[in-house]
Amino acid sequence: MDRRTTIKWVLAASAAWPVLRPRSGRSAEAAPAPSAPKVKGYGTDPDLLKSYHPGEVWPLTLTAAQRQLATTLSDLIIPADEHSPSASSVGVVDFIDEWVSAPYPDCQRDRPIVLGGFRWLETEAARRFGKGFAALDGSQQTGICDDICDAAHAAPAYSEAARFFATYRDLTAAGFYSTPVGRKDLGYIGNVPLTKFEGPPRELLRKLKLL
Amino acid sequence: MPFVSANDQKSAYDVIVVGSGAAGGQSAYTLCMDGAKVLMLEAGRKYVAESETPMFQTPDMAPLGGVATPDKLFGFYDATVDGGWQVPGEPYVRTTEDPSGSFWWWRCRMLGGRTNHWGRVSLRNGPYDFKPRSRDGLGFDWPIAYHDLAPYYDKVELLIGVYGTNEGLENTPDSSPGCLLPPPAPLLSDHLVKQRAARLGIPVIPGHRAVLTRALDHKRNPARLHPGNPTAQKLTAEAMRSRAPCVWATPCNRGCSVRANYQSITVHLPPALASGNLDINTDAMVYEVTLGRDGRANGVSFIDRTTGQQRHASARVIILAASACESVRILLNSRSAQFPQGLANSSGKVGRYLMDTVGSTVKGQVPLLESLPPMNEDAADGDQIYVPWWLYPQQHAGKLGFARGYHIEYGGGRHMPGYGTAAGIEWLTGGSYGLKFKQDVRRYYGSFVYFDGRGEMIPNENSYCEVDPGGVKDKWGIPVLRFHWQWSEHELRQAAHMQSTFADIISAMGGRVRGVVQTDGAKAIAPGGFIIHEVGGAIMGADPSSSVTNGWCQTWDVPNLFITDGAVFASNADKNPTLTIMAIAWRAADHILERMRRKEL
Repeated sequence: MDRRTTIKWVLAASAAWPVLRPRSGRSAEAAPAPSAPKVKGYGTDPDLLKSYHPGEVWPLTLTAAQRQLATTLSDLIIPADEHSPSASSVGVVDFIDEWVSAPYPDCQRDRPIVLGGFRWLETEAARRFGKGFAALDGSQQTGICDDICDAAHAAPAYSEAARFFATYRDLTAAGFYSTPVGRKDLGYIGNVPLTKFEGPPRELLRKLKLL
Repeated sequence: MPFVSANDQKSAYDVIVVGSGAAGGQSAYTLCMDGAKVLMLEAGRKYVAESETPMFQTPDMAPLGGVATPDKLFGFYDATVDGGWQVPGEPYVRTTEDPSGSFWWWRCRMLGGRTNHWGRVSLRNGPYDFKPRSRDGLGFDWPIAYHDLAPYYDKVELLIGVYGTNEGLENTPDSSPGCLLPPPAPLLSDHLVKQRAARLGIPVIPGHRAVLTRALDHKRNPARLHPGNPTAQKLTAEAMRSRAPCVWATPCNRGCSVRANYQSITVHLPPALASGNLDINTDAMVYEVTLGRDGRANGVSFIDRTTGQQRHASARVIILAASACESVRILLNSRSAQFPQGLANSSGKVGRYLMDTVGSTVKGQVPLLESLPPMNEDAADGDQIYVPWWLYPQQHAGKLGFARGYHIEYGGGRHMPGYGTAAGIEWLTGGSYGLKFKQDVRRYYGSFVYFDGRGEMIPNENSYCEVDPGGVKDKWGIPVLRFHWQWSEHELRQAAHMQSTFADIISAMGGRVRGVVQTDGAKAIAPGGFIIHEVGGAIMGADPSSSVTNGWCQTWDVPNLFITDGAVFASNADKNPTLTIMAIAWRAADHILERMRRKEL
């Protein structure tokens, strides 16, 4: 699927590559002003064999308060259940911190959305309940989240917050399902060498009327 | 010493091959197996699949879960080194940024070139594909026919290993017996695609990819490849024995450390190096073919990227195999009193008739594929099945509104989870979070389907490249290319046809389309260069006034200068170009060997 996502991404990000448009007649200044510190990425020839951890290639930037809020929200989106633990327990907050601190266009696009969303959550929690979001009880938290979880149907007053929630849910899921725990939760059993590949079980094909 | 620097290369070679990908690898292999002394010059760095390929690394080991970034456009673990639609310090220029009228040039800087990460789809052009103008009056005929290339398609398949089947379908050639490896078992959703597409009259057959579904026959194949040449047979057999069959895991675009798929560096170069006839100089950025007083090419000039110095190498024969546009760039930058408009360009056709593949995608979700039990669907990493173009009669009768065909590549299955697995699924979940979200992700995982069209583009006068008239140069001081691009109505209507066809198939599977089905071809079509099948720019033909090379890839103007990459394609069939590049490179190399034996070169 790489090329499919890359096409959309590259088109969206092309404004960040002024070298491509030396005399195009169009402004190259469409990219949003980056708010993360100026840092470098891993370059075009990184070591692919080593294992990286968040904060290793570029520094993490979330504050302790932001990380606490991130923990609360990630675990509201992916809580522990009988199949797998919660998002924060498998490093999702570190993943999100790595993401919003990264120099790449998608990450720089998401950084103000996430940080702005955090501010909105705190303001909304204070407005409704007079406390910080992390200090609310579960029903108070879901009361806010229920208003912003469905961007397509959110009230106009919540549209920006709903955009934040959608972004944050995608990032939480990206961090969670990239881990061994997430793969196990989905029943992914590949990435192991096999001596032969025989396709799906025949009884399943018969059940689905595909044989 | 097979890997050399500019200081210890020989004073002269039989042949210099510029480039190390599919064309360069095949050219060098064929020449070295017959005893020619070859110097290969590669602009990028040395790259070793056995020690550099991230075979089983998982997303959590990579920065940002391994997602695509401008540094690694196909994801962190993609094999590409120093590459993408931008290469650091090596710009190019476009006349417009409008996606429907712009060209994007993918390059990389590594030994083996783009063969390290490519999709391995290996389809033969059919008989029609070499004579398109004779069939419908558009574009150009090749000066060769399918039967000229068929023996070389057989040879390439026997050497590199291609899985697939012979189906006897129109303009979808069968291979000779014993050439193809068995296809991998279809995935569950492959069965569903086949069943439901059949109801629409759309044939689904096994794909063709350069992946070893079993070990190559190292006892029989070498004798078929090199009759009467025991040395070549021995070297080829040893190389075949050292490749493992597919382990049914880890994506092919990472490359393959056990050499189960085709990469130039794991298939073509090892036996060529073992012959003792091949020297390879990496970090050697060729910018000019030099001309002797006799009007023949006598060598190439290049930048040694490790020192920044200009260097030269000499040979009796020069082969450009640097990729279509890079070979064109070298020609256009090789100016002399005799060739003021660039070498081998007396026709004025160098740079003209660039083509890419028409690409369009529709994504869907299929309830029948929800909540399936765990099963390993890594398989051979895609394209277990495909749809060859099936509407030849309707098209020939003028009923479709576009002149050339496309094939369909299908993707689906329970692949390694990552960033995309649960992103943007509110359209299905209504924005769930919490325990319900976890249940939803389990339910929908593996139920998404992707249909990609790959269609023929007809060459036109408005799609070409030239040396940038504004004088932009790369970091080595080499003048860069400027690209012009325009689709014709044939391509745009074809892209719109892809969209409606894929939507019909998804509906027939009981699924729903994600997003809008585009009826406007300009919105349906991927920008030029996005499918990375760019060919043309130095097309072969029967007439020196309207083409750059003859049917042997030999330039009309300079008898010892050959181009064996996609630049010589006179048309760009829907079939992915790599297998055809290798077949014409092998055929050209055979011709060069014969001419050298006759002392004509």
